[in-house]
Amino acid sequence: MEELLLSYLPVLIFMGVALGIGIALLVAPFIIAYRAPDDEKLSAYECGFNAFDDARMKFDVRFYLVAILFIIFDLEVAFLFPWAVSFGSLGWFGFWSMMIFLGVLTVGFIYEWKKGALEWD
Amino acid sequence: MNVVGLFFYLFSAICVASAFMVIASRNPVHSVLFLILAFFNAAGLFMLMGAEFLALILIVVYVGAVAVLFLFVVMMLDVDFAELRQGVLQYLPIGGVIGIVLLVELVLVLGGLSITPEGADLVVQPIPDMAETSNIQAIGDLLYTKYVFFFQMAGLILLVAMIGAIVLTLSHRSDVKRQNTATQIGRDPATAVTLHDVKPGEGI
Amino acid sequence: MEPGTITFNLAVAIPELMLAVGAMVLLMIGAFTGEKSARSMHVIAVALIAAAAAVLVYTAPEGVVFSDAFVSDRFARLMKLLVLGGSTFAIAMSYGFARHASYGRFEYPILVVLATLGMMVMISADDLIALYLGLEMQALALYVAAAINRDSLRASEAGLKYFVLGALSSGMLLYGMSLIYGFTGHTNFAGIAEAMAAERQLGEIFGIVFMLAGIAFKVSAAPFHMWTPDVYEGAPTPVTAFFAAAPKVAAMAMMIRVTYGAFEHAAADWQQIIAFLAIASMLLGAFAAIGQTNIKRLMAYSSIGHMGFALVGLAAGTQTGVSGVIIYLIIYLIMTLGTFACILAMRREDGLVEDISELSGLSRTHPMMALMLTALMFSLAGIPPLAGFWAKYFVFLAAVQAELYVLAVIGVLASVVGAFYYLRIVKIMWFDEPESGFVPMASELRLVLGVSGVFTIFYVVVAGPVSSIATGAARTFF
Repeated sequence: MEELLLSYLPVLIFMGVALGIGIALLVAPFIIAYRAPDDEKLSAYECGFNAFDDARMKFDVRFYLVAILFIIFDLEVAFLFPWAVSFGSLGWFGFWSMMIFLGVLTVGFIYEWKKGALEWD
Repeated sequence: MNVVGLFFYLFSAICVASAFMVIASRNPVHSVLFLILAFFNAAGLFMLMGAEFLALILIVVYVGAVAVLFLFVVMMLDVDFAELRQGVLQYLPIGGVIGIVLLVELVLVLGGLSITPEGADLVVQPIPDMAETSNIQAIGDLLYTKYVFFFQMAGLILLVAMIGAIVLTLSHRSDVKRQNTATQIGRDPATAVTLHDVKPGEGI
Repeated sequence: MEPGTITFNLAVAIPELMLAVGAMVLLMIGAFTGEKSARSMHVIAVALIAAAAAVLVYTAPEGVVFSDAFVSDRFARLMKLLVLGGSTFAIAMSYGFARHASYGRFEYPILVVLATLGMMVMISADDLIALYLGLEMQALALYVAAAINRDSLRASEAGLKYFVLGALSSGMLLYGMSLIYGFTGHTNFAGIAEAMAAERQLGEIFGIVFMLAGIAFKVSAAPFHMWTPDVYEGAPTPVTAFFAAAPKVAAMAMMIRVTYGAFEHAAADWQQIIAFLAIASMLLGAFAAIGQTNIKRLMAYSSIGHMGFALVGLAAGTQTGVSGVIIYLIIYLIMTLGTFACILAMRREDGLVEDISELSGLSRTHPMMALMLTALMFSLAGIPPLAGFWAKYFVFLAAVQAELYVLAVIGVLASVVGAFYYLRIVKIMWFDEPESGFVPMASELRLVLGVSGVFTIFYVVVAGPVSSIATGAARTFF
């Protein structure tokens, strides 16, 4: 257990350094920057203008469909990793078990293709 | 062990705090970002338990895909969230009561666990020694053979999800011209070109 | 076939395999032929489920397979047969709507088949993971079916509500399961029962509470019923007919297996919870239905009440109690399907109507339908000698034998109050001035209504065999 965690030490150090740099860059301007704000400086630049409304807008529902279909195949791939690692010891039963799993999802894939869910317009 | 304990408290504290911020932050996009932070810390907790495969899958699937989907959903909703939040204070008392009840239950349950520490030894499927079998192999050795039924059910559930997503969201616009690659490639001069005998001085 | 071999494992689960493979074949047929095949898909789906039922009855062996995760015993087979019957009739009843532009889609029968598969796994689950997977499969298909008419605001709202509350209930169920697993170290029901045989810890009791709360959502027992009226009202009526029948039976069967299988040594703990759920559901079903004007909403409250009555038998904790619940489920399923056949027949040229007042004078415009519906209403109210009376009689009998007198008395009072709104429908049909008639009833609806009405009226004739089947199934747990 300890060894396992120790093997992730570089990741931890990396994240620590990244966090440190990120925070330093955020905090440093507050401490060392020279500040003298006035109204004109803070207003929109010459020919620019203030935002009319919220920048968020409704997305087309098709983005959602693509995302959810992606998640399904993402999960399918996630199941493939342990299978690949244990492949040598699984035998034919393990092999066909994965083939059936993939077959089920292939049926879904054919359905989705024929329905035109992969086309954009 | 103390370092592990320290990280456990660090991860869980950030996880709980960011989970709270998911429901407390004003901007729904910030909520999703806090959710991602919560996922990261949950992954850290998995890692501390030695479940490195689950930890990384959590990041790949949840942060990489599910959180992005949540962002889409948040973007898709045409709701004025500032207006929606006005009722929050109204529901705060009842929500607080439920929260306290759950907290008391958790304390009671965890109290029970500390009284019976042998609970951890009850696990039916012993975790294999990590020095010999890697985590991912331990899952692979069981999932596709012993637990094949669960595995295939998971596949069928994914199929249902796929059908559901298509049934509920797919709509085809009838006013756009689509490219049909098969017919396009299938064209040849015999079908594509016709000869018209144009009489002089008449035009087509 | 030797137990333990792969072939034996597959043979036990062959009805499930048929449904899974059949659903995928149907999906492919649908994908390649398009929407025009919607009607023939209904027919194939009915044939598929009927074939699975025949295999279940005649060839599938009993046994515990797939690493003790899947059990097929007499109880499971009877319950599966009920679920398959409910699904068959639900698909048959939606046949007439298959041409309907907004929800006559070829995916609907496929979703019903997949939901049925999920229900069968729920019924056969002998392991917490199998239980959850079956439940989730069923629920996902049902969420989609509720919102299948996505152009209707009401249907989308129903689907969304069902989904959000269903996800909440799944969360509670999972929380309970994780507590149970954490404290007992087992996901297998037999292992859990063994670990609980000794002294119970607080964490296990919390686990039981959360799991039962999660399952109570699925059977829509009060106080976890709030989604039911909205979903019943919002979903397209053929879908509602399906919701009211098979999923209730499956969830109740799952509850029986969890309580008598996994938690058999904790009976004193869960009996209180079940008794509370039963009382709350019976009272809510009786009183909240009084003011309803929409017949689908009324049926939602009616189903909440009926689940309460069924839970009375479960609370008794005896073999008589379990066989009472089984009899109740059989009768409930048949009565509900018949009633929904009538509701689906409430159709004028411009579409379905759902208001109770639309039924006024039905005795003069459609005498046969009025007669059958009257019998069903009397039966739902529990008036002897109709089927509904015997259903209630057996659960109350079990409660009295288990010395749960308060529960039995409240049950009788609730059924008296409940009789009021069923009789009001009868009064509207026979004594109010007629409205313009409905379009003639489709033949598949006639069939379902006929079977259901005849069963309800002449239940006494088949009471003996039904009771002995139910007793045989209940003996599985004792």
